[in-house]
Amino acid sequence: MKIIVCVKQVPDTNVFIKVREGGDGIVTEGLAYVVNPYEEYAVEEALRIKEKFGGEVTVITLGPDRVVEAIRTCLAMGVDHAIHLPESDDELDPLATARVLTEAIKKLDYDIILCGKHAVDDGASQVGPALAEYLDLPQVTFVRKIEIAEDGKSAIAHREVEGGTQVVKSSLPAVFTAEKDLNEPRYPTLKGMMAAKRIQIQILNHKDLGLHSLKSKSRRLKLLPPPERPPGKMLQGEPEEIVKELVRLLRDEAKVI
Amino acid sequence: MVLIWAEEKEGILPRSTLEVLSMGKKIAEPLGEELGAVLIADSNRAAGTLGKKGVRKVYAADDPALRDYRTEPYTQIFTSLIEEHHPSILLLSHTSSGKDLAPRVAARLNVGLISDCTQLDLQDGSLVATRPMYTGKALAQVTLPAEMNPKIFTLRPKAFPASEKEEGGECEVIIVEVPQLMARTEVLELKKTPKGSLDVAEADIVVSGGRGLKGPENFEIIEELAQALGAAVGASRAVVDAGWRDHKDQVGQTGKQITPKLYFACGISGAIQHQVGMRNSKCIVAINKDPNAPIFKLASYGIVGDLFKIVPLLTEELKKIRD
Ligand SMILES: Cc1cc2nc3c(=O)[nH]c(=O)nc-3n(C[C@H](O)[C@H](O)[C@H](O)COP(=O)(O)OP(=O)(O)OC[C@H]3O[C@@H](n4cnc5c(N)ncnc54)[C@H](O)[C@@H]3O)c2cc1C
Ligand SMILES: Nc1ncnc2c1ncn2[C@@H]1O[C@H](COP(=O)(O)O)[C@@H](O)[C@H]1O
Repeated sequence: MKIIVCVKQVPDTNVFIKVREGGDGIVTEGLAYVVNPYEEYAVEEALRIKEKFGGEVTVITLGPDRVVEAIRTCLAMGVDHAIHLPESDDELDPLATARVLTEAIKKLDYDIILCGKHAVDDGASQVGPALAEYLDLPQVTFVRKIEIAEDGKSAIAHREVEGGTQVVKSSLPAVFTAEKDLNEPRYPTLKGMMAAKRIQIQILNHKDLGLHSLKSKSRRLKLLPPPERPPGKMLQGEPEEIVKELVRLLRDEAKVI
Repeated sequence: MVLIWAEEKEGILPRSTLEVLSMGKKIAEPLGEELGAVLIADSNRAAGTLGKKGVRKVYAADDPALRDYRTEPYTQIFTSLIEEHHPSILLLSHTSSGKDLAPRVAARLNVGLISDCTQLDLQDGSLVATRPMYTGKALAQVTLPAEMNPKIFTLRPKAFPASEKEEGGECEVIIVEVPQLMARTEVLELKKTPKGSLDVAEADIVVSGGRGLKGPENFEIIEELAQALGAAVGASRAVVDAGWRDHKDQVGQTGKQITPKLYFACGISGAIQHQVGMRNSKCIVAINKDPNAPIFKLASYGIVGDLFKIVPLLTEELKKIRD
C-alpha cells in the first residue's frame, strides 16, 4: 500500500493568539507550532495500514521553512518519505493549497490519501474534498474508523454525521479525512527521531510543479480579535440562596430558561 | 439567482436548513434576485414548505437512490444545475454533508468558497463573510471576487436565525434529471444515535461535566440537571479520554464547537481548548470549587463551590418552579 498523508503545521493550540495591529495577520514572533492535531490521527492510521499490508508512507507539507519541524515529527513516528512544498501557507486559500498539493501528489503512486478533518488554524474543511476532486478520486470525510479489504481494493469507513454514523464503502484509491479518535496516535520515539534525521526531505517548488500564476480566489480583508464577553457576576452566599438567585437570574435577567 | 441547498431528513427541513433559507432570503431581496433551492431526496414532499418560506423555484431531484447523501452524485446534480442556471450565490449549511459537498463543487467549477461563516453582510452589493479562525481566537472578514459566479458559502449551524414565518407563497417545482449515478462509494448503513440523547451541537441548553465529577457514576447528577432543563449532556476531553463519556459529547477544540443559549460547566477548569468549544454560548454558568479556575473568566454567572452540593440543589429548585 502506498499511502500519502497531507500534514499541515499550525500554531500550538495551547497558546494565546494575538491579532497584529492593522488586522493583516497574527503576531508570529515567539509563536510555537505543532502538527495539526487531526493529522496525528491520519499519520497513525497510515502507519497502521502499512504495518498490516506493507508499503510505504509519505507525508507532504506545504508551508514556510518552519514546517520542517512538523515533518521531522512525522518521520520520527515512522513515516518513510517526506516532501516539503515551500510556500506561504497564509497567502494561499485552502482551494489553492489543494491545487499545489495535487500537483505534488500526481508525481507519486498512491492507494490511499489521508488528510485531517480540518486545519485548526483556518478551520476550513476544504482541502480533503478539493484534493479528491482534482485527482478524480472518491472521498470519505470525517472518519472514525477505516477498514481496508483484504485484497486492498476497497475500504469501509465510518463517518460521523449529525445524529449518527454513516458506514460507507469506497473503492481505492480514495481520500479520507480523519476525525478525532480514529485511533490512538503513537509518540515519536528517541530511536525514531535519530532515524528521522537521516531521511532526506524532498523539496518541490512552484517551478518543479509547473504552477505559474496560481492565485487564491478568496481574499481576506481583515483579521479581528473575538468580541469580548461582557463581565460576569460571581454569586455569593449559602448554597441554597445562591441556587435561588441563579434561577432568578437565568429567568429574569438572561431570559434563557 | 441566490441558490440554497435545502438539506432534508425524511421530508422534514432541519433547523440548519431553515437558517440557510432565511439568510438566502435576506440576501436575495436587496440584490433583486430570485431565491431558489435544491432539494435532493427520495421524494419532493418538502417543496411546499420551501414555497411557504419564500423560495420561488425548487429544483427537485427525487430518486430512492438519492436518499443517503453521497459526494459524487450530489456533486453532479449541483454542478449541472449551476451550469444551467448560473446562480450568483450558493449557500449551504456547514453540516457533515455541506462540508463534504461544497469544496468538491467549488473545485469542479473552479470558483471560490468561504466555509464556516458566522456572519454574512452585504456591503456595496457584495457579500462580506465573517468566519472564526484559530478555533475562534480570531475572526476573519473574507470576500470572493464579484465577477465570479457562483460565490459559495457554508454557514455554521446555529449562528444565524432560522426562518420562522410562513407566508403562503407559491413555488415552481422543477424536476431535475438524475444523472447516471457513479458508484465508487456506497452507503451500507446509517447507525442512528439512540433517541432521547440530545446532540450537544443541536441543543439549546447544554450541561457539561468535567474531571471535577470524580467518576463516571457521578454523571448522574449532571444528567438529572440536564433532564430538568431539557438539556443535552456535554463533557470535557479529560472525561472523554478517561472513558467516562462518549466522544460525541465532547465540547472543545477536538470535540464540538457549540453555541447554545445556555451552557453549564460543572467541575471543568476551562482550559483554552475547552473554551474554544463553548465561548460563543449566549449565557455561561460555571460551577467550580477553585476560585482561580479560568472558566470564571468566561462565566456570565460564576459559583465557587462544591458541585456535589450545588448541582442537586439547582435541580431541585428548577423542578420546584416547573411544578
Ligand atoms: C490538542 C489538544 C486538544 C484538546 N481538545 C480538548 C477539547 O476538545 N475539549 C476539552 O475539554 N479539552 C481539550 N483538551 C484538554 C484540555 O487542555 C484540558 O486538559 C481539559 O479540558 C481538562 O478537563 P477538565 O476541565 O474536565 O479537567 P481539569 O482541568 O482537571 O479540571 C477539573 C476541575 O474540576 C474542579 N473540581 C474538582 N472537584 C470539584 C468539586 N467537588 N466541585 C466543583 N469543582 C470541582 C477543579 O477545581 C478543576 O478546575 C485538549 C488538549 C490538547 C493538547
Ligand atoms: N499547507 C498544507 N500542507 C499539507 N496539508 C494541508 C495543508 N493545508 C491543509 N492540509 C490538509 O488538509 C486538511 C484540511 O485543511 P483545511 O481545508 O485547511 O481545513 C488538513 O487537516 C491537512 O490534512
